[in-house]
Amino acid sequence: MRQNHQLALVDSKVVGWGRPVRDDISAIFEQVLGHPVQVSDGTDIVEDLGMDSLGVMNFVMAIEDFYDISIPLDRIAQIQTVGDLIHAVQDLRSGTPA
Amino acid sequence: MTILAKHAAYKLAYDELREHGVDPFNVRFDSVLSPTEGMLAGRRTILLGTNNYLGLTFDADCIEKAVEATRRQGTGTTGSRIANGSYDGHMRLEQALASFYGREHAMVFSTGYQANLGVLSTLVGRGDHLMLDADSHASIYDGSRLGASEVIRFRHNSPDDLYKRLRRLEGAPGDRLIVVEGIYSMLGDTAPLKEIAAVKRETGAYLLVDEAHSLGVLGETGRGLAEAAGVEADVDFIVGTFSKSLGSVGGFCVSDSPDFDLMRIVCRPYMFTASLPPGVVASTLEALVKVRAEPELRVSLMRNARRLYDGLGAMGFETGPEANPIVAVAMPNQEVAVIFWKMLLEAGLYLNLALPPATPTNVRLLRTSVSAAHSVQQIDTALAIFADVGRQLGFLGSDRRRAGGVI
Repeated sequence: MRQNHQLALVDSKVVGWGRPVRDDISAIFEQVLGHPVQVSDGTDIVEDLGMDSLGVMNFVMAIEDFYDISIPLDRIAQIQTVGDLIHAVQDLRSGTPA
Repeated sequence: MTILAKHAAYKLAYDELREHGVDPFNVRFDSVLSPTEGMLAGRRTILLGTNNYLGLTFDADCIEKAVEATRRQGTGTTGSRIANGSYDGHMRLEQALASFYGREHAMVFSTGYQANLGVLSTLVGRGDHLMLDADSHASIYDGSRLGASEVIRFRHNSPDDLYKRLRRLEGAPGDRLIVVEGIYSMLGDTAPLKEIAAVKRETGAYLLVDEAHSLGVLGETGRGLAEAAGVEADVDFIVGTFSKSLGSVGGFCVSDSPDFDLMRIVCRPYMFTASLPPGVVASTLEALVKVRAEPELRVSLMRNARRLYDGLGAMGFETGPEANPIVAVAMPNQEVAVIFWKMLLEAGLYLNLALPPATPTNVRLLRTSVSAAHSVQQIDTALAIFADVGRQLGFLGSDRRRAGGVI
């Protein structure tokens, strides 16, 4: 009843496999936040994008669905910036141990 | 600046709450009169938020056993079982729990919180994979951090998401342990245990169920959700607490794992804390006897739960998905939640104000927990107080959905 998974329903037309991870993440952020955002590697997900910890967790689940990966909790705890997130996604996609 | 200044955001939120002239996290009872009543600011108050599911805190036999054991064996053990040895009561309680669940082994911890810390940090280690429901209790999250395994959370009550995440681990070495709760403490919803057990079987994972809120509450003989769902054979470990339906304090784990007793020399939250005092052990043993011998307690409990759940629903309040002894009412925002809670208290009804981050998906809740010891009249009085406060705050009447859309 309460797990309204709108974050999981990221529009696959907006994000695509052919682009760098940063572009995909940026597009997912825009969908989740509902407005265009300028993100760089240094963008702080909590401070600059105004997401609370729960928002971050749900956002991470959307990313996990999109890339078909699971980001372990200790790894999520280390993610502060968009650059950290891109790095984690790239690591997990290439099969590097978390 | 003090060393605690890092928690300034919490202080700010707490100060905001207290601006309403209440402190929901620091309620002081003058006295507790019974499982269902206390004195608060000189007023007789109905207790509808104390997890006292079977009302056994004032059971005459439980009290007698506790008093007798305390007189005979003293007020405390003054140390751990490793250092100070086990008392006869510790052993008998473990045997009684194993027998109650029909399991080979049982281990008692000093609190339910410590049971989760101990079991989760010991069953899995480096290279293993711990799969947690996203809405897990704090003790489960904390237990996952005490150990060294990789921790992956899956969407609340979603066997599909769990399956997907286990499938992603295919080929990776290490054990997988799935952790779910019998009844989730905030909304009172149960885990879809049949489906989760099927995922467990298909993926070769182990399954642990925390029956903290469901022991003595669900199942034909009160063993919890695993019994009610008919999947006890698939559940490898059951964790629970004595501090709710059994009316005392302490925690436990039961299992058929052949080398289970190895835990006693590797599980730090078991090894490095004082064991339960004789009085607590004795009342818990007696309470376990009552759970078995008095199934009518569960009948009264569920009758009260259904009456409260249906009554609140009929008034238009938005409640959780199931009529269980935890009935949560969703509030549209924090200010209304605090004012509602305060007005209920002033009218003589105590329950829990549950706010994020303790609640799932940022929802604000008035959380009640029903007891078998509540009279039908007390439930009706509680409903009348809800109706009265709801009317005063504009919840009820023409716009029945005002409280809606939150959960």
